[in-house]
Amino acid sequence: MAIVSVQNLNMHYGQVRALHNLSFEAGQGEIFGIIGPDGAGKTTLFRILTTLLLAESGEARIAGFDVVKDYKTIRTLIGYMPGRFSLYQDLTVEENLKFFATVFNTTVEENYSLIEDIYRQIEPFKTRKAGKLSGGMKQKLALSCALIHKPEVLFLDEPTTGVDPVSRKEFWEMLRKLKEQGLSILVSTPYMDEASLCDRIALIKDGEFMQIDTPRGITESYTEILRSVKSKKMHALLKDLRNCPLIKTSFSFGDSYHVTVKADTTTEALKEYLVKEGHEDICIESIPTTIEDCFMSLAKKETI
Amino acid sequence: MKNEDVIVTEGLTKRFGDFTAVDQISFRVHEGEIFGFLGANGAGKTTAMRMLCGLSHPTSGKGTVAGFDIDRQSEMVKKNIGYMSQKFSLYEDLKVWENFRLFGGIYGMKDKQIKQKTDRLLEELGFQGERGTLVKALPLGWKQKLAFSLSIFHEPRIVFLDEPTGGVDPVTRRQFWELIYEAADRGITVFVTTHYMDEAEYCDRLSIMVDGQIKALDSPARLKEQFHVKNMDEVFHLLARSATRTDS
Repeated sequence: MAIVSVQNLNMHYGQVRALHNLSFEAGQGEIFGIIGPDGAGKTTLFRILTTLLLAESGEARIAGFDVVKDYKTIRTLIGYMPGRFSLYQDLTVEENLKFFATVFNTTVEENYSLIEDIYRQIEPFKTRKAGKLSGGMKQKLALSCALIHKPEVLFLDEPTTGVDPVSRKEFWEMLRKLKEQGLSILVSTPYMDEASLCDRIALIKDGEFMQIDTPRGITESYTEILRSVKSKKMHALLKDLRNCPLIKTSFSFGDSYHVTVKADTTTEALKEYLVKEGHEDICIESIPTTIEDCFMSLAKKETI
Repeated sequence: MKNEDVIVTEGLTKRFGDFTAVDQISFRVHEGEIFGFLGANGAGKTTAMRMLCGLSHPTSGKGTVAGFDIDRQSEMVKKNIGYMSQKFSLYEDLKVWENFRLFGGIYGMKDKQIKQKTDRLLEELGFQGERGTLVKALPLGWKQKLAFSLSIFHEPRIVFLDEPTGGVDPVTRRQFWELIYEAADRGITVFVTTHYMDEAEYCDRLSIMVDGQIKALDSPARLKEQFHVKNMDEVFHLLARSATRTDS
């Protein structure tokens, strides 16, 4: 059964279109990722699904309940961690947790097993005010508070934005463990490299889903011929690649450029072109497609 | 010939009570270089950057930025640097040209100069049509590009970019780096922090902070060689994992 089911959601803020005909289903026990840049509509979608905002039109159900008619029931079933830290800054770590447990008619002890792994890391600071915590600790406290009433679905709006790569990895490790305990998780992120950690993802841009599939399904449906290119003079290389008639697109990716080439272009032909342009130590390789390649390719199609 | 290093620090330290946020960092940034300043959350990057921008006094050690002492000549430091952060860069309720007018005025540029430069910049960015648009009505990617242009509007010798591309879409993120390259080509030194490890590869040299200290400083290629790994992501993980100071 779908734990989250959305049909034709639409939303505008004045003239600005925030969501356009969004439809998708997230399955029970799934980590479903909404992946896209700031301003794509991720937070609007999360606020509608968590019953905090009314959509203009369309329908959304959480565990079979309607987000408009059954909002009270839904609020007991979900845990929500908004993008901006929204716990009580003047309460201590312990008080915040206790407060959220009480609001949901439960106790910290009753569901402690669910948060144990996460909460144990901040327990040494339980008498510190939440406002005085570091970013990483705030994140763990917010997650603990979102979990304390043992929700069925967890909504995490950009939990890793501004977080360094090591801490991001640790956070995703926590999510994986929560999934193993049977939780369904809807998570949004602007980091394309986190897509592979989700069971299924939706790529969102300008309020529209460009594609919904498993990460693998998305990279496999990529139809371009992708190569990575390097040479001794990287700066000049980008300009030459952009001017090369064999090339469709070229983007920097770490220490190389990812290029898509026109059909029937061989590696040798490309190499020959670059040699003529005066490049040395040219290295052209066939590479696996990343979600970021797919996102850029889809985004380009949309604007044409 | 003037000193070619636009940032020089020696034993730069900042303590808050008994906590040493920045622990004796010494490094140099050359003129026209793109210098990446990396580190995990809580490693001390922001505190170090605040000292370099003349916003916070060092507890001990010293540093010069654009030739001025960061402790005793902090006002001169501020005049000679540009700054852009992900969170705040532009006034949303002002029009595009009004933002340029305001920042140019703050840095003491003449009206005529501001006008000429605004015209030229908008043309370069292809934003002529948006001159009278309120900043809040612009797409995020445009705002970031404008914000960068604005941060170097007064032709500073060095610009500090604090996570300039966070949350920006993949295409705009790359266009943004092309603007950084252009600025560096014109001789502006770029000091940049980022959590995107692919962007770390775009820097000429970079440092990685762990527990308040600079644990590595070199070009991306040499760092990868030194740690025997394929990419900067792995270098970062190897170093940051050695942290004893927890942000958790």
